[in-house]
Amino acid sequence: MPNKLTPEREMSRRTRRGFMALGAGAVVAAGGWQWLNAGYKRGGDIPSPLRTMLRFNERVVRSALFSDDHLVKTYPSSAIGELKENGDFGLPDDFDADSWNLRLMPLGGGLPVSLTMDDLRTLPRHEETIDFKCVEGWSTVTQFAGARFSEFVAKFAPGSANAGYVAMATPDGGYYVGLDAPSAMHSQTLLAWEMNGEDLADEHGAPLRLAIPVKYGIKNIKRIGKIAFGDTEPPDYWRERGYDFYAGL
Amino acid sequence: MIFSGLLIYWAYDPYRIGARSVTLFHFFPDWFYDLTGINAQLARGMALHFALAWIFALNGIAYFIYTVVSGEWRELVPEQKSFREAALVALHDMGFKVPKPPQGRYNAAQRISYSAIVIMGGLSLITGLAIYKPAQLHWLTALVGGYEWARFEHFWLTMGYVGFFAIHIGQVIRAGWANFRSMVTGYDLVEATTIPETEELVNAE
Repeated sequence: MPNKLTPEREMSRRTRRGFMALGAGAVVAAGGWQWLNAGYKRGGDIPSPLRTMLRFNERVVRSALFSDDHLVKTYPSSAIGELKENGDFGLPDDFDADSWNLRLMPLGGGLPVSLTMDDLRTLPRHEETIDFKCVEGWSTVTQFAGARFSEFVAKFAPGSANAGYVAMATPDGGYYVGLDAPSAMHSQTLLAWEMNGEDLADEHGAPLRLAIPVKYGIKNIKRIGKIAFGDTEPPDYWRERGYDFYAGL
Repeated sequence: MIFSGLLIYWAYDPYRIGARSVTLFHFFPDWFYDLTGINAQLARGMALHFALAWIFALNGIAYFIYTVVSGEWRELVPEQKSFREAALVALHDMGFKVPKPPQGRYNAAQRISYSAIVIMGGLSLITGLAIYKPAQLHWLTALVGGYEWARFEHFWLTMGYVGFFAIHIGQVIRAGWANFRSMVTGYDLVEATTIPETEELVNAE
């Protein structure tokens, strides 16, 4: 034996190496966790590495997964449940339904248009019974009826059909969502004035709300007062509070 | 993944052990949320979960491919006799005077649980995607029984990991230092029956 390489010595050499690798792995993992969560405060926005990952996922989904042809599952009317009233941001009690109108801001800063419910009712009425999914994890089968958003754009804002994004807000601006155009123009996206066979109730966003079943409930804005078209990502209430901008299903 | 999953689960936590109006255990009681501080962090939980899921998926796929290509799957996949032998291993480990069946690198119970955990990992990925994109991957969501079932399955698979982990750690502690060393280094020292070269000796399994 030229060098005294006994099995025991070789084993302890490999043990040292193995445990150093294990320790290094643990240090890297702990460091990665610190980096991923740096600056996080409860109730605030998420740290930037996590935001970057949500953006990355959004790009993957938009380019590789999303399709106009992917329809959400529809249900018979008998499956309808009772939709929880889960948020009243932008829905003050003193709302005056008679003075409501929908303000439409077209792409490129053209003249705003004001529309009434009678204008909207001139569009073909569509009805759909879908599973409304909350970001919290629960879901309720719900029926909506109203106009397809894509048909609404074609009639009232034809110059905005190629916008990249759509912004919607309540009349008082208390709640607002931003939508990527492909999701907004999806055939199951409705400007709804009926829910579960009745006129929309105040707490569910009368007189007009969005039903966008390719998104979580947070994007299904109630009581729409303003719709604007643009090519940059619009502000979004829950995006500003740590949630994914895309929030697609 | 489990931590961020809990941050998400907190926002809607319907699962329990019980029947009708009798609940033996609710997942999870308030004291658990208070103790761990996982309440009211849904946004963070989702962001973490959808970032770490990439590591979970890629690591799992790499492990699976390596195990198949290297031929190591032969040591891991249960054999016909494994199911009978696993019962003997379990009885033996629980302290009954039952002879332990002869084994290769892994015993029958290990073969079954290590294979099951890989299958469970695949199912977690599938049910997770079914919950993540039930519109774009509607066929996948339908395959696992729909949106609500997918969430139920995803949850109980995770409970399965927790059970696996607890038993696994317990067994590693019981098995002692030499076993733990072999887990970390990939090598073990065994008595030679012939006199091989050093290199063969330390590589012996």
